Amino acid sequence: MSNGETLLARRKLVNLVMMGLCSGAAGLAILVLALILWHLVSRGVSALSPDIFTRTTPPPGSPGGLLNPILGSLAMSVAGIAVAAPLGLLSGTYLAEYGRYSRVAQVVRFVNDILLSAPSIIVGLFVYSVMVVPMSHFSGWAGAAALALVAVPVIVRTTEDVLRMVPATLREAAFALGVPYWRFIVNVAWRAAKSGIVTGILLAVARISGETAPLLFTALNNQFLSTDMNGPTASLPVVIFQFAMSPYRDWQHLAWAGALLVSATVLLINVLARWLARQRS
Amino acid sequence: MAGEVRPNPPAEGRGGDIFPAAVLSVPDAIPESPEAVHTGLAERGFALVCRSAAFAVAGLLLAVFAVLAINAAPTLHAFGFGFLTTEVWNPVTERFGALAPICGTLVTSAIAMLIGLPLALGAALFLNEYCPHRLRGPVIVAIELLAAVPSIIYGMWGLLVLAPFLSAHFQPFMTAWVGPIPILGTLFQGPPFGIGMLAAGLILGFMVLPFIASVSCQVLATVDPVLREAAYGVGATTWEVCRNVLLPFSRTGLLGAAMLGLGRALGETMAVTFVIGNSHRISASLFAPGTTISASLANEFTEAVGDTYLSSLQALGLVLFLITFIVLAAARLLMRHVERRAAH
Repeated sequence: MSNGETLLARRKLVNLVMMGLCSGAAGLAILVLALILWHLVSRGVSALSPDIFTRTTPPPGSPGGLLNPILGSLAMSVAGIAVAAPLGLLSGTYLAEYGRYSRVAQVVRFVNDILLSAPSIIVGLFVYSVMVVPMSHFSGWAGAAALALVAVPVIVRTTEDVLRMVPATLREAAFALGVPYWRFIVNVAWRAAKSGIVTGILLAVARISGETAPLLFTALNNQFLSTDMNGPTASLPVVIFQFAMSPYRDWQHLAWAGALLVSATVLLINVLARWLARQRS
Repeated sequence: MAGEVRPNPPAEGRGGDIFPAAVLSVPDAIPESPEAVHTGLAERGFALVCRSAAFAVAGLLLAVFAVLAINAAPTLHAFGFGFLTTEVWNPVTERFGALAPICGTLVTSAIAMLIGLPLALGAALFLNEYCPHRLRGPVIVAIELLAAVPSIIYGMWGLLVLAPFLSAHFQPFMTAWVGPIPILGTLFQGPPFGIGMLAAGLILGFMVLPFIASVSCQVLATVDPVLREAAYGVGATTWEVCRNVLLPFSRTGLLGAAMLGLGRALGETMAVTFVIGNSHRISASLFAPGTTISASLANEFTEAVGDTYLSSLQALGLVLFLITFIVLAAARLLMRHVERRAAH
């Protein structure tokens, strides 16, 4: 064999080996993740029953459901998003419009990107200090505030991104008509970017529906059905945490059911957000 | 601002350099119509509201830092620098040191990166170069969706599925085969509890894997197709294109993706808390239970009694905040480079 042929053979071999390794990595990754989903679905579905939605969390050994954590999670997510959406929308608007070229906006953008992936348990600590300690009790409002703080950076980021994609021609046409800047933002830019902004808000909802850490020391937990957001409030993730860590079989069953509910919600919202984003482009 | 209604800028502002102010006899102010005054107010008001919202978001980071620092101050004052270097964590005698949680955080994150990073990079390269075209889109979407699965699911799976498996099969196997090897063997000693540093690291690795993979995929996609095509054109094999074109060109971005993943792993609470075992002891064995900063907070904060205990936990939070801030800031600076390239 000539020198050139051995070289070629070696290059082909290396290519084959590396291709095998990369495919193997992808395969292994998907295998593990599929395994997680499989356990989640098989154990979750077997634990699902109408009781889950109609009865409150039981003491160990008696039948029950997840009604109070489901309602608590819903209430806190809604309250959190109600605060986070306007705040995020306005900040995103500042970054994309008023501050598009300013240095200050660059700093805000950088800080927001860090908040986007900052540990959520730190948010819990912060809200504990500024809300739970002054009020001297845990409350659903504090939980909602913590969730809002987790949601805001997500909304800011997506709002800025979609507003930047508003075509320059729209902008010029509006200004040529003598439209004031704020009117342009509200009536042209926001409207053009509407589905993108909604996508961002949906992604934020998905993000906070699975958050546990910020709720641990803010909303705490509540084993009874309560409509009082001013007191400790149950939430699905915290109840899953409590029940899965317990040694009781029936509690662990409920935890799997709750986990399935949370993941299904998060994934559905994500799919919906993707679908919306695709409609736009 | 383009929508400004008053068309008379001060003479020295725009025209001052070219025309003498006297030639441009612009009056200082023209009487404004009531409508214009109204618009001006709305204009300024709206801009102000947007600006304040943005500054509030940015101020949040400072506020979090300030609150943590104030609450941590008593502990840092009492224990000084020793807080970071002592292992003892005794609520009864109120002696607290952060060494064990800090070590636990670093070790579990290191295991996570050791497992997650190569797999994620391999998967990203596979998706970018090797994967059949038809499979590519669905797999990328699947990976992105998996990155959105809440971390509590990973933690729960770790406790109820992975830990029993580790304790029944993997740990006895490792103790029997790797255990006798000097130095390396000490990592795999001790009773096979299942839960512990190794389980926590593994779960963290599985959790950051789809995240790093999807960010890496986006980074690799920014490489100019012309470069790849040119490399293939001169007869490079697929691996040679990966090694000599894709990887060098997206080095910064991939490092940024890895750092983002690391930032997540360091600060992750739920995936770890389930399987770490919450023990404030540093052990040479990876099988031993340990703790991380976030797991200590999650496990102990609501049960902590006494100001020193609470303050020590807040000081732990401050340490975590500083570590993740540095990692995430570095990651963002690296990623900014990629975003700029993607914009071109």
